[in-house]
Amino acid sequence: MTTAFLVASAFLASAVEFVEALTIVLASGITRGWRSSLTGLAAATVALAAIVAVLGPALTLIPIDVLRLVVGGILLAFGLQWLRKAILRASGYKSLHDEAAIYAEETAEARAAAHEERAGLDWYGFTLSFKGVLLEGLEVAFIVLTFGSTQGSIPLAALGAGIALVLVAVVGVLVRAPLTRVPENTMKFAVGAMLTTFGTFWAAEGAGAHWPGDDASLPFVLAFVVAMSFSSVGLLKRRRLAFA
Amino acid sequence: MRRIRAFGQFWWDFVVGDDWRAAAGILLAISVTAALVAGGLDAWWLMPVSVAAILWLSLRRAADA
Repeated sequence: MTTAFLVASAFLASAVEFVEALTIVLASGITRGWRSSLTGLAAATVALAAIVAVLGPALTLIPIDVLRLVVGGILLAFGLQWLRKAILRASGYKSLHDEAAIYAEETAEARAAAHEERAGLDWYGFTLSFKGVLLEGLEVAFIVLTFGSTQGSIPLAALGAGIALVLVAVVGVLVRAPLTRVPENTMKFAVGAMLTTFGTFWAAEGAGAHWPGDDASLPFVLAFVVAMSFSSVGLLKRRRLAFA
Repeated sequence: MRRIRAFGQFWWDFVVGDDWRAAAGILLAISVTAALVAGGLDAWWLMPVSVAAILWLSLRRAADA
């Protein structure tokens, strides 16, 4: 069960980030040229691989209780951010994440930017693609490393992320447009719930508490987080209507 | 100096985000759990209860804003 949770969480979180990275790479490639955009993508991928290669083995040297405490706390803070935004979107307090609108905004900015050539590349296109992929990729690297190291299996978490990467890349090449049909808001809701679940579980374990049934309690924590999230959406919707 | 500040700001935004009170609440909940465990009480239940309270308070702040 924990293995399935681990792979599913890494897959969902990575897919969301890769869809966002794809939008930026497409916007950069179509407006500023594919050479600069793909070079930015490749450079960011190398930088991310270096970060994972250095941090991955380093994390395995930290005692598991300390790791769970720190990672649990950080994941919880990180997961609650996702969940909070997802709940505010679902209850109408925040506008839904729209890849088509983001793509239109990115392409308009990229078209307006001045042309500056460095190292034979259009510098705006290169940096737009590099920064976009690096920032979205850092979130993936963070999730894969923290999930993997605390559950003792970085390769399994990386497998989830790898499947997401291949899937988004193949679909991206085929459609050559932002993946607007991906239910991104629903996926973000699911990722927020999973990050919060793992964060709650590991933070308590790291603080020295023992869950009844150990890892078997994870589905119950997830059920609690999901129930709490749906209740919050319902309460906020009612609150919004009352103040409307 | 500017780069160090930008680096710190990046990690602050990445982990803490736009509601520092939620992050502070998490820190407090972990500390109280650890203190209760050290005192002999297996307070595994405190984290989920705290998370529910922290989330709801954060949502209310955002909705009021």
